[in-house]
Amino acid sequence: MASEPRVIVVGGGLAGLAAAVRVAEAGVAVDLFSMVPVKRSHSVCAQGGINACTEPVRQEGFSEWDHFDETLYGGDFLNHQPPVYEMAYAAPKIIDLLDRMGVPFNRTPEGFLDRRYFGGSVFRRTHYTGASTGQQLLYGLDEQTRRYEAEGKVTKYEFWEFLWPVVDDDGVCRGIVAQDMRTMEVKAFRADAVVMATGGCGLIYGKSTMSVICTGGAASRCYQAGAWLGNPEMIQVHPTAIPGEDKCRLMSESARGEGGRVWVPGIKDDNGEWTPHPDAGRHPNEIPEHERYYVLEEMYPNYGPTPRHGNLVSRDVATRGIFFAVQKGFGVGGGRMAYLDITHLPQDTKDKLAAILEIYEKFTGDDPRDVPMKIFPAVHYSMGGLYAVYETEQEPKPKFLCDIVPEDAGRRKDPSKPAHPGMVHGSPWNMMTNVKGLYAFGEVNFSYHGATRLGANALLSCIFDGLFCGLGVANFARTQAKEDPSEGVADEVFSRYVAQETAKSDKLIATVGSAEEGVDPYELHRKLGEIMTDELTVVRTQEGMQRALSIVRSFIEDYKRVKLGDNGVWTNQNLSFTRALGDMLIYAEAMLLAGIERKESRGCHYCSDQDGRDDEKYQKTGVCQYDPATGTHKVVWEDVPIPLIEPRIRDYSGKK
Amino acid sequence: MIAANKPEQFTVRIKRQDGRDQPSYWQSFTVPYTANQNIITVLQQVAANPVTTDGKRVAPVAWDCGCLEEVCGACTMVINGRVRQSCSCLVDELFTGTHDQVITIEPMSKFPVVRDLFVDRQRMFENLKKIKGWVPIDSTAALGPGPKETPDEQHERYAISRCMTCGCCLEACPQFTKDNDFVGAQVIAQALYFNEHPTGAELKGERLDVLMGPGGVTDCGNAQNCVKVCPKEIPLTEAIAKVGRQLTVHAVKRFFAGKR
Repeated sequence: MASEPRVIVVGGGLAGLAAAVRVAEAGVAVDLFSMVPVKRSHSVCAQGGINACTEPVRQEGFSEWDHFDETLYGGDFLNHQPPVYEMAYAAPKIIDLLDRMGVPFNRTPEGFLDRRYFGGSVFRRTHYTGASTGQQLLYGLDEQTRRYEAEGKVTKYEFWEFLWPVVDDDGVCRGIVAQDMRTMEVKAFRADAVVMATGGCGLIYGKSTMSVICTGGAASRCYQAGAWLGNPEMIQVHPTAIPGEDKCRLMSESARGEGGRVWVPGIKDDNGEWTPHPDAGRHPNEIPEHERYYVLEEMYPNYGPTPRHGNLVSRDVATRGIFFAVQKGFGVGGGRMAYLDITHLPQDTKDKLAAILEIYEKFTGDDPRDVPMKIFPAVHYSMGGLYAVYETEQEPKPKFLCDIVPEDAGRRKDPSKPAHPGMVHGSPWNMMTNVKGLYAFGEVNFSYHGATRLGANALLSCIFDGLFCGLGVANFARTQAKEDPSEGVADEVFSRYVAQETAKSDKLIATVGSAEEGVDPYELHRKLGEIMTDELTVVRTQEGMQRALSIVRSFIEDYKRVKLGDNGVWTNQNLSFTRALGDMLIYAEAMLLAGIERKESRGCHYCSDQDGRDDEKYQKTGVCQYDPATGTHKVVWEDVPIPLIEPRIRDYSGKK
Repeated sequence: MIAANKPEQFTVRIKRQDGRDQPSYWQSFTVPYTANQNIITVLQQVAANPVTTDGKRVAPVAWDCGCLEEVCGACTMVINGRVRQSCSCLVDELFTGTHDQVITIEPMSKFPVVRDLFVDRQRMFENLKKIKGWVPIDSTAALGPGPKETPDEQHERYAISRCMTCGCCLEACPQFTKDNDFVGAQVIAQALYFNEHPTGAELKGERLDVLMGPGGVTDCGNAQNCVKVCPKEIPLTEAIAKVGRQLTVHAVKRFFAGKR
């Protein structure tokens, strides 16, 4: 009983839209779900650019292999190598495609694509559109999606919230349950493959650079339904953001890529040692040059072509540099801030940064063209996320903890050619989670960035997942529709999940106006953000993470008494948020457990009580598995295969 | 800019509506003043303690927001009578001058209210479909680079491409109403954006056909409010003028081609 294949894509950011476009192009119908109009997805917030070894960069001595290598190096070798390899080699083609789509990339005087420096590389290999590259790339893909929508090949469900994956008794994903955020209708949708492209989980930290929709709720729901997580403890803290009451606003790495410098006030003694300046209250423009301590330049003077390139070390390294300086009392005005200074740059460079400079000016009232910006590190990106596998021609094949890739999967190999080092194009197994038919693309996918993501690699990995792995999704859906279609699955399987989700909502709504003294979800969220920011960001310790774990567990108990303030039957945002909060708590517990069990320092997972990186024990993915019956998590270790580049110790001091 | 006399607390009046096609009503809340407060923080404070100034506990206010850094376009509202993004609207800025310390927040009036401050701007996205707001590429296959572009051309297109579909221009436009067909500045500027791209220009004729018809460019009354309220300072009136000129050429071409 064959049927027309259908694919559901959850999330309309870069990864989701790229997937929708690619699957639709392959001739498979797409239902696209998003909590917001897709054009408002969090990808709009990405600022700096997108990395690729395009032709002019190659002629400056860079290569796709270098891009591949520096991505692994930045990620402290926790990345999966075949997917990263494939991504680096696809990057220049992706740039060309975006260019063809009409993305207004900045140009050289002759009309070619311009490039800028970015973190974690000594090559100018980051392509950009002003300082709002993510917005521009998202719009490019939004436009192509609209085209398919107009042709009837993509159906959008905007203002629909993903509630649960429909997984049948054989463990195959058959669709989703979602809720219309306006009418509050809960409904099941069938599909032959489901792509989760739901982004990061910054809201677990209360304030981050992420949008208010980035709760990680969707990933957590898949996790509770049986999908695994990979390295959820790996959370990037971006070196430069404007601290705010409602969120931390990103100040792009492009500011430093274009020559911006990080400094704090200080006094240098005769031995070259810096101490905090006693007069904390001075206006930055009154501080003389010799009392400006350029923290990162002094720490990493030999990293790049000039000492100023020290500002562009890998993000986790830069973040720690700023964080420790502030901890030692160097903070601006004695507080938790440092300066990001672009005042010395020429006007045309400032114009290229206009988008972020305007943000700074609007939100602080100071003009960063004249006065150095006050910044501090802030939670920014989830390297970890849903666990996913892939197919490669390499022998020996990676040993995945789940047996979702069949033994004979490599049958398409051309025997006249050496084994391809990357992923097999069109393979249905690329970026499938351990749940058959459920995929993870973009930020929610753990595969690409290891323990730290390099700047301007996020846009790339999101688009790459959608375009490259999208074909595999279409292929899988077509086979399923022929052999085992979702249409053939009993209604009962779907109605069971609709009942589960309806019961969950009803229970929360029933708390409104109850006589009992309940727990306020917003207050609980604030407290969750505080403890996670305290214990699972820049510096981590066993003691701290254990403390956070016991507190988060007490919050999970508190959550059982959570009380809503809104029983509205129309656009009940209180319900949506509170439901996500329950899922955030479970995700937070997994993050802490994985962090506690990883007894080493690697990338962003810097533990002041551990002795550096321990490849013997932890050159592995921490795979989290959840048991819904008992509400317990298990962390299982899976080797990160090393088919191409042997891990080496990371060192940005110039002795690479 | 910092208000000269910072109040300890202030009143915020919010125009509410319980659902689509329901009557609207006003409620006032007292909110503590905090440093660097924006309208989103104010709404969060109301959400944390949804008790009106007369002591009545009410349902929390619904509103739309996303990035909170004025790039997603979600949080457009009418604040003290002016349409703008609520995230980048600082309370201090509202309290300068002689304004008494009351802030009023209303939903946009040109779009159907979903609930409270949350409106449905689907019409803007539908209009993008109407004018075929995309570059018709062959496929996503690797087919080499796109057309070359001068920095000036890029500059011009980038300025329009920063449009975040927030709807400020339409709210401020006297010609754009809830029930008429006028597409407004947003879509006219977007049509220009795609017409100016060499591959995008493939669909220029079809776009201009749409903009020549009812609800098209001729409905613009040249009030120039759009350009004044655009948070991204997109040269909207210039774009409308350019599309107007493209339309003239298009009409002449059609005349000689014998099409009506």
